[in-house]
Parts: sequence; structure tokens; C-alpha cells
Amino acid sequence: MQAMLEKNVILLGIATLITISIGALVQLVPLYTMETTIEKVDGMRPYSPLELAGRNIYIREGCYLCHSQMIRPFRDEVERYGHYSLAAESMYDHPFQWGSKRTGPDLARVGGKYSNTWHVAHLINPREVVPESVMPGYPFLATRPLSADKIAGDMKTLSVVGVPYTDDQIENAQADLKAQANPEMGDADAMAARYPKATMGDFDGNPAVITEMDALVSYLQLMGTLVDTTSYQTSPDGR
Amino acid sequence: MSSASLANTASSGTPEYYDDLIKKFVIASAFWGLAGFLAGDLIAWQLAFPVLNLDLEWTTFGRLRPLHTSAVIFAFGGNILLGSSFYVVQRTCRASLFGGNGLGSFIFWGYQLFIVLAATGYLLGITQGKEYAEPEWYVDLWITIIWVAYLIAFGGTIVRRKEPHIYVANWFYLAFIITIAVLHLGNNASVPTVLFGGEMTKSYIVWAGVQDAMTQWWYGHNAVGFFLTAGFLGMMYYFVPKQAERPVYSYRLSVIHFWALTFLYIWAGPHHLHYTALPDWVQTLGMTFSVMLWMPSWGGMINGVMTLSGAWHKLRTDPVLRFMVASVGFYGMSTFEGPLMSIKAVNSLSHYTDWTIGHVHAGALGWNALVSFGVLYFLVPKLWNRERLYSLRLVNTHFWISTIGIVLYISSMWVSGIMQGLMWRTYDQLGFLQYSFIETVEAMHPYYIIRATGGLLFVLGAVLMIYNLWRTARGDLRNEAPIGLDSQAAAAAE
Repeated sequence: MQAMLEKNVILLGIATLITISIGALVQLVPLYTMETTIEKVDGMRPYSPLELAGRNIYIREGCYLCHSQMIRPFRDEVERYGHYSLAAESMYDHPFQWGSKRTGPDLARVGGKYSNTWHVAHLINPREVVPESVMPGYPFLATRPLSADKIAGDMKTLSVVGVPYTDDQIENAQADLKAQANPEMGDADAMAARYPKATMGDFDGNPAVITEMDALVSYLQLMGTLVDTTSYQTSPDGR
Repeated sequence: MSSASLANTASSGTPEYYDDLIKKFVIASAFWGLAGFLAGDLIAWQLAFPVLNLDLEWTTFGRLRPLHTSAVIFAFGGNILLGSSFYVVQRTCRASLFGGNGLGSFIFWGYQLFIVLAATGYLLGITQGKEYAEPEWYVDLWITIIWVAYLIAFGGTIVRRKEPHIYVANWFYLAFIITIAVLHLGNNASVPTVLFGGEMTKSYIVWAGVQDAMTQWWYGHNAVGFFLTAGFLGMMYYFVPKQAERPVYSYRLSVIHFWALTFLYIWAGPHHLHYTALPDWVQTLGMTFSVMLWMPSWGGMINGVMTLSGAWHKLRTDPVLRFMVASVGFYGMSTFEGPLMSIKAVNSLSHYTDWTIGHVHAGALGWNALVSFGVLYFLVPKLWNRERLYSLRLVNTHFWISTIGIVLYISSMWVSGIMQGLMWRTYDQLGFLQYSFIETVEAMHPYYIIRATGGLLFVLGAVLMIYNLWRTARGDLRNEAPIGLDSQAAAAAE
């Protein structure tokens, strides 16, 4: 067998391909086909246009390199960060942002834990509010107007890959974005109806401009708040 | 151009080897290596002194970290892998490179363009947000074209070989090329937003949440397994026997090593997702195979180290061989540490901490970089037709300076990682968490300074190497006493 393979590069290549495929298929395919992979929970919805723009800034700045979004089911983590993370909570995340390193704390349930003012001050200069912090400062977020006139294109793309955005949501992307950042500028009720539990208001203290800071803080304030974990029941097998 | 390559065709029956092409890969590897080490050391200092982030968007840790990882893995490692594979495949097949200089130059310049496109994107914030797979869709498409060309050049050379058997180093190089192609296509499947009226440089990955996590670490772990392991084992299987002037220790072991490694590695990805929302059965599978992976890894290490049978004395006089053997030693150490960390109980402590960073660098600095340095020291005198390196004593200095740097790096990360993991889970007598998160960050400070100092030594070593290689290429010979002559003379006298 080996004698044959090491004399024919095509066969050697095919044999290698088969060898590496077995493990990959066994581990990957069932995750898409088994219903138990993602829990059935209430409350999950796609990101609002402003939150999505904020999430894109989170990705752009590489926040995932120092902050995880995945609370493990340990006593200390649950006490420090909140209920352990459910698979369902990242079901609309393209890509996932679970992270692999906690140079800073986990952010999976940071939403609602700090005020908008705290987040803005912290992002501009982390050491102003947490003197020992090693996080970079992001002062430019507060001054730069959010460039999101193409956010509907992002939502359409996400719907192609499986996020259930409605036509209504995509059509009203710009209006909803403005209404969330400044409820007086748009139809806040319609926005809230399309995106339940969205935090609204002027996030960065500057109502004149919708900045990148507005978008990022709106995303941070949403994180981990959609699913009511107090009503979540584990299945008999523990998950 | 061709005069240098023709120099290698002197003996009758030897085909023309395209060595000018390999020179380019050697220069690129040394250049990107230094750039990648510098970026790494800068971000190490940033963690100790955050003022170094400069409050500018292009210089924050979040943007420079992908620059560092891509520069060292894909630019430094990639260039030495491509260059050395072309060197090895031509010689072990006694065939000139398929596609010749035309295809070879396309691959070389195309690969450098890939690096520049990816790196400039990171600085500007263009990223997919997936570790080690940060380049956006247009860069992914470009590297796919280059990679297919690479497979054609490498495979085509094997097809036209004059040796009946395909040499073991080429099995590993081939597995590296094929598997990386599969991983790249699977993990980077994405839809550009520009197709639906969005921005040009943005795309969304088709996988979501838990499935994306599994796909990412199937990719991420096997980028380690096939880029940083299989490809570099290809280097080991050619250059260690060459430098030691001994045959590979065991052919049987290399057959077992190859098939066991390729089969087992691909299962190990889920150990990056222990205790997450990934279903438990996948985690357990990943852990089991990660532990099993210890065996082929050590089989390979034994095959590399035991190749020195009968040539151990050369370690006294040949610092280039010392680089190669130390690298295989670090490979053995980090492939022991890896299975250990993949055990769920251990991982519950080590995950999310600097222990992981230390582990990666034991492999990346100790194994990948040291073996690459050995290969660069081997190749430059050969490719530029020099009698020997400019200075073996400088190679020796480089060896010790970088080894001390690695030891500082990994030991400080062991301490800081285990300490932080323990601090996170410490309770006081009243049953409350003992430490706030920021107290654990504060405790890291001295270790971050030690780590960055170790990194600085590693950078200095690379500067010495580049100076030495440059003088060698120029044809200079340093007048110096041979290394280990005293002890050798003493041994001879016995």
C-alpha cells in the first residue's frame, strides 16, 4: 500500500485528502443537522442597524483578541459574569466572537451593567475610569461620524447567509438607525417594535452627530440581554 | 539570472535547479521574520505599558496583533516553507521545478502581494474577525489562486521526478499544501457585502455562532497542524539528515508518523472550545484525539533527534545543527504540553490565560523559528555558492540569545497564565470571589515585562542572523577560531 502511494503523487494526494476528511466530517456535519446543537430559547432577534454597525466596529478594532464572549459553566465565571452562555445567543453571529483570550474581562453579558457615560469615558481613555487597565484608548470613535449609509447592504448580505431580517427591517434600516441613536429624530416606537429590547438614546452625549461611539456602545449595551436566562431550563442531559 | 542557476548543473545528468527563485524566498523570509518579531515585541510592550498604543487607530493592540501573527506565520513561515519546499522537491526528485522561473516567480510575487494586501488591511481595520484567518474575501480569493499555482508547481515537479520513490519530506509538504487549501476554503466561505449594496471590503462568513466556532477552530488548530507542523516536518526530514550527514533514523517510523499525524490532527480542533456552548460530545472527541496526537508527535520527534545517531559529536562544533536539534526538542516539549492542555480539567484553568500564549510561543519560537533559522543558515552558503557561513561563532551567539529569549518568554507566561487562572477562581473565607478582574490584570505586569524582554532578545538574535547571512551572501569570511575545537581535540586524544 505505502509502496504504491509513495510512487504516485496523485494517489498520495487523494489518500491524504481522505485521511484528513474523516475527522472533519464527523465533527462538523452533525453540528448542522442535529437539532440539539442550538437550544430553543425566546428572545433572540437579529441586530438592529445601529447595533450591527457597532458590532462591525468591534470586529474592525479586534476587540475579540482580548475579550471573550463565552461564559463557561463554572461557579466563579457565573458569579463574575452571569449565566453561562448559550449556543442560541450567538446564532445570528457571522462570524462568532467567542474569543480565545481574556486579557480583559468577558463581555458576553456586559449589556446594561455600566452606564453609557461610563462606556464612553472608558473607551476614550480606559485609565480614566480603571487606572490599572492595559486597554488601548479609542478617542477617535467619539469624534468620527458613523459611516453606515450602506448598512442595509450588510443586512441583505446577512439575510442571504441565514439571518432572518424581514423586508420591513431592511427597508427601514436608515430610519431605525437614526431613531435608535436619537429617538426624537425618528419613529422610536416603530423601531422598538422591529427590535425588541433595543437600548435607545443618545449614547455618546453628543446628539448632533451619530458617531462610531454611538454604534459601539449600542452594541455593548445589547450584549447578553436578549435571552431571559432566569426562565431558561436545562434539558435532562444537563445542557 | 541564469548563470547562478546554471552553476548547479555542472555534473552531468543533474537537471537545472531554479535556485535564484529560492534565494528570493530566503530573503523574503528573513525580512518578514524580522518585521513579524518586531511587531510581536511591540505588542508585548503595549500590554506592559498601554501608552504605547498611542491612541491612534492604526497602532492599537487589536490591529497590530493580527499583523504580528500573520507576519510570523504566513510571511516568515510561509516564505521559508515555499522556498524550502522548492529546494527540497527539486533535489529529492532530481527534477527541475515544474513551470520553471515563470510559474515560480508568479508564485513568489503573488505570495508577497498577498502578504502586503493582508497586512495593510489589518492596519486599516479590514478584517474578517476570525483568528489567523483575518484577511477579507478579496485577499482570500487571491491567495487561493496562488495556492493552486503552488500545488501545480510542487506536484508537477514530483510527477517529472527521476527517482522511483517520493521522498518522505515531500509527503509532508504535499499534505501541508492540500490540507491548508481545504481548511482555507472551508473556513473562509463568505459573501461580500458589495454584492448587495454594501461596502467593498466587507464580507460576512456563511457560518454562524456555534458552527462557525467549530469551523474556525477546525481551521485554526489545523493551521498549526499542517502549516506549522506538517510543512515544518517536511523541512526537518530533509535538512536535519543533510546537516547531520546521516540518513533518517527510521523509514518505518516516518511512514507511521505521517499517516498517524495526518489522520489524528484534524480531530483536535474542539479542544479550543472546552466548556463553551459547543456540544459536549464534540469537546470530548476533540480532547481524546488531542491526547492521542501526542504519540505521532513524539514519534516524529524521535525520528528527527535519533537521526543524529553516530553524529552527536557534531553538536559541539556545528551551531547550525544545534539550532535544528533544539527545535526538534522544543517540538517535543510543546507537543507534550498541547495534549496536556487539551484535557478538560487542565483546560478549565489554562483557557483564556497567558498559558495558551506561552504554549503557542514554545512551538512558534522554539520549533518553527529555530528550525527555520537552521534552514536559512544551511541554505544561504549553498545558494550563493560560498565556502561556509561568514561566522559560525555569530550563529552560536544567535543560538544562545534566542534560546534565553524563549525561556524567558515561556516561563513568564506559565507563571502569569497559571496565576491568573487561579486568581479568577479564588474564593475568600466568606465565599465571595477574592479578586476583581482588574487585580488579576495588575498582577500580570511584571511577567509582561519579562516576556517582552525575552521577545527583545529574540529580535536581537534575528538581527545578528540577518547580518551574518548578508555578509555570507557577499562572500565575506570572518577570521575566527572554530567552535568546540578544544573539546574535540580532547576527545580525539582519548
